[in-house]
Amino acid sequence: MTSILEVRKLRKTYRSAGKTLTVLEDINFSFDAGSTNAIIGPSGSGKTTLLGICAGLDRPTSGDVILAGEHLNVRSEDELAAIRNRSVGFIFQNFQLMPSLTALENVMVPLELRKERDARPRSMELLDRVGLADRSHHYPVQLSGGEQQRVALARAFSNQPSILFADEPTGNLDAETSERVVQLLFGLNKEIGTTLVLVTHNPDLAAQTQRTIRIKGGQLV
Amino acid sequence: MSLPWIFRMAYRDSRRNRSRLLLFMGSITAGIAALVAIYSFGYDLQRNVDDQAASLIGADLQLATNHKPGKAGQEFLDSLQKTANRSEEEQFGSMALFTRTGDTRFTQIRALHGAYPYYGDLETTPAGAAPKFQTDHAALVEKSLMIQYHAHVGDSVQVGNRRFRIAGSLDNYPGGNGFSATMAPVVMIPLDDMASTGLEQVGSRTRYLYYFQLHTDADALVKASQPTLEQTGLDATTISDKKESTGRIFADLSRFMSLVAFLALLLGCIGVASAIQIYIREKTATIAVMRCLGVTIRQSFQVYLIQVAGIGLLGAMLGALAGIGIQQLLPRVLKDVLPLTIHTALSWAAIGQGLALGLVMALVFGLLPLLSIRRITPLYTLRSSYESGPRVRDPWRWLVYGLVLLFVAGFTFIQLRELGPTLSFTVGLIVAFGLLTLVARLLMTVLKRVTRTSWSFAVRQGFANLYRPNNQTLILVVSIGLSTALVCSLLFIQQVIVHQLVLSSSKSQANMILFDIQARQQASLDSLIRAQGLPIVEKVPIVTVRFTSVNGDAYPDNPHLQHAFGEELRVTYRDHLTNTETVTAGRWTGQAAAVPAVSFDDRWAKNLGLQLGDTVVFNVQGAPVKCIIGSLRKVEWNRMQTNFRVVFPTGVLEQAPQFHVVLTRTPSAAVAARAREAIVRRFPTVSVIDLSLILSVLDELLDKINYVISFMAAFSMVTGLIVLIASVRNSKYQRIQESVLLRTLGAGRRLVFSINALEYFFLGLLSGLTGILLALAASWLQARFLFKLTFAIGYWQPLALLGLVCLLTMGIGLFNSRGVLNRSTLEVLRNEV
Repeated sequence: MTSILEVRKLRKTYRSAGKTLTVLEDINFSFDAGSTNAIIGPSGSGKTTLLGICAGLDRPTSGDVILAGEHLNVRSEDELAAIRNRSVGFIFQNFQLMPSLTALENVMVPLELRKERDARPRSMELLDRVGLADRSHHYPVQLSGGEQQRVALARAFSNQPSILFADEPTGNLDAETSERVVQLLFGLNKEIGTTLVLVTHNPDLAAQTQRTIRIKGGQLV
Repeated sequence: MSLPWIFRMAYRDSRRNRSRLLLFMGSITAGIAALVAIYSFGYDLQRNVDDQAASLIGADLQLATNHKPGKAGQEFLDSLQKTANRSEEEQFGSMALFTRTGDTRFTQIRALHGAYPYYGDLETTPAGAAPKFQTDHAALVEKSLMIQYHAHVGDSVQVGNRRFRIAGSLDNYPGGNGFSATMAPVVMIPLDDMASTGLEQVGSRTRYLYYFQLHTDADALVKASQPTLEQTGLDATTISDKKESTGRIFADLSRFMSLVAFLALLLGCIGVASAIQIYIREKTATIAVMRCLGVTIRQSFQVYLIQVAGIGLLGAMLGALAGIGIQQLLPRVLKDVLPLTIHTALSWAAIGQGLALGLVMALVFGLLPLLSIRRITPLYTLRSSYESGPRVRDPWRWLVYGLVLLFVAGFTFIQLRELGPTLSFTVGLIVAFGLLTLVARLLMTVLKRVTRTSWSFAVRQGFANLYRPNNQTLILVVSIGLSTALVCSLLFIQQVIVHQLVLSSSKSQANMILFDIQARQQASLDSLIRAQGLPIVEKVPIVTVRFTSVNGDAYPDNPHLQHAFGEELRVTYRDHLTNTETVTAGRWTGQAAAVPAVSFDDRWAKNLGLQLGDTVVFNVQGAPVKCIIGSLRKVEWNRMQTNFRVVFPTGVLEQAPQFHVVLTRTPSAAVAARAREAIVRRFPTVSVIDLSLILSVLDELLDKINYVISFMAAFSMVTGLIVLIASVRNSKYQRIQESVLLRTLGAGRRLVFSINALEYFFLGLLSGLTGILLALAASWLQARFLFKLTFAIGYWQPLALLGLVCLLTMGIGLFNSRGVLNRSTLEVLRNEV
């Protein structure tokens, strides 16, 4: 199997109050294309920082990140944006829908950015897939938490990304809604062949993935 | 990524926040409204001056001189009359006595002969009085004077020795306006009756005017007659001259007004900048998500730049609409300073300028807060602590600062067309903004330090709201402070000038001046003054002289001296200097030597290029008198007393034809009025001016100017208020969350209300106080260095203004944050505000 994400000797430090704070130290791993993966660890262990760096949202202090064949360290901000648009999908704990856009428009954005001509029907199709076709013209504020996360899911899959990063995707949802969102997440992963990377506290959710890596004090354990 | 998508995204993104953007637009609207109104009015003025220039002068050609034309002059005037209609006028200042009431007033007497005006009308009540007053040997009296002294048509007005029946009130006349009516209200009498007034005597400052209705080109005629005009000392004014000079004056007026309007616009732009800053802060999450989805920094910047441009353009469009409305009001606001009737018309040029300016200003001032988009990292989606991105300051900000400065200076230069004043205005503006910003920051620091935990919860929270994150203190102190400073400065300067007049009278011990006193009237006038119980503070002889030569040269090169050679000069003689004179060079001698040593005002001498020891020959009523400049004096001209450019020693001019000025002091306005009436009844040719008259004229003039400036300052006030509303609404969303949390934790609605009320009260207090302090500093500087006057002001007016600013700020603040109290706690806690 080919690797979609490869992390080598990753190190991340911050300067805080005149001191150097090491958040990640000597991280090495790789994820296969189409696989489902979980990163788990206690609060403050560095898992969200790791996700940010892997997704090209942040830069490591040293080490390499190769995402979908692209060496992220040497890319400019704009090139990283283009890679994200082309290959990456995101799901966030607090949904992160754009409040001024309707559900449909939120889903359309990644497709429009790629100048896809059929952005609207494809987005409607995805909304239908997550059971929200009849709420397409509603604004996020008019949707419940579960509905917002389903819209986020539709948006994440709209550009058929090679890899999808999900940061505590069920963290703000009740058990029943969480179950539905997780089913959708894995269902879409199978359907489209997208690699899943979940950052979670939830061992039950992590158990559903093919591979789990644990992080503690900034290091893999 | 395509531009259409960026436009589409800008549109979509603005949709849910449009009501908030409306207020940002309002910040621009008031300033643009003022500018479009003034620009349009400027075009109106230009057009109306072009259309009505003929009725401003009333004739095709006006020839004027300060002395009766000699033989050559008379022949020239007669030669013109052969092919034209001619009217004559003698114009001078003299007392008018309303015989029924006994009221007296120093007026401008215009003795007319002929069918003047040939263009425009002498508008009278009753209509038709103008054509008949000359043949009826009656007078026309300016309307303001009739109203002031309760005079009626049919009453009598005495001018000099002659009584005239008032044939009508003079409502309007060529060149007349509210200013001229206040300074020197006009009484028109027939020129044929001049002799019977007894006012054509030595010392009268008469101006002789001749009006022609020509059948040829007036400008060509003036050009061809230039040598004769120079030789005869006749000043020519044609319609095109009048058009040019009037146009120039009003171009200056509209430039000044547009600068004041520009201040309102600048305030609005600061409001916009602050609003966009908060707007972008609220949009941080959206921008971060966009970045996650692949939108570049440049594209997200463009999305918001388009929104700002849209807001600017919409605001400017609304402003232009409002400006067209205000344009209709301006002729009424300025009616007292305009000599013509303004007919307004839509000016597309003005509207275009307003729209362009609104757009450009919104973009320039929006750029600074928009730069913060560059620092928003997509990591914010994962962790909000990344909100502000890297803590390095954006180097592009220097470019934006440069652009802001360039636009301010550029706009000012377009208005003023001169580098020096442009620089002063721009630097002044930077200093004012800088000071206000400094004061605001200082206040925040001080408040932070002085707030004590022992204070009541409401006061502490109210204070804390002024320096906590997302506070509006800086923007409100700057905008409200600047508006308050503007209004207050005007108030202070007016007070300083009036105070100076009162002060000058107490210093010089005189508050009433009697002039045009003939030698034969002296003794009986003295006794009359004494009989009124008034002292004679000073008696001053005045002799009219002219320059003949300086150091033997009768045709000097210095243009100022050349001009002085053409003028009559009023001098005095005495053996001492007064307390307003100090010798700065040479030595004062009170007694004449073989060649008398005269004393010159030092600044005037410098202006004429004259020096100590220069020989000057004066023509004293036909007799040459050779003198030497023996001393130069510094003269304090701003005292209520007679001062002269040239003072002779005694022993030279005693026998020359002369008239006298007497200074006296009246204890009250009532005594002054009684004395004035007695003097004018007995000596109708003597003119009397007293301090109360000067004060009332000055007050009235300053009121008129103040009215115009206050009208313009009102735009800054309105903008300040809109910025206040916008800022309050901006912070409202944060306040709602905080207040709801307080309520959740057990705070009552009354407590939350008190906290908000105190916050806005403090804000109003700080802003108003800062503005007043700034006005105090600015007007002190102006009084001290520009007007060179003592700084003395009353305190109740600024205090009243401060109270008003506090109440207004609190009122608007509370009205706009009323939702804080009404919002359901559950709704807010669900994070759905």
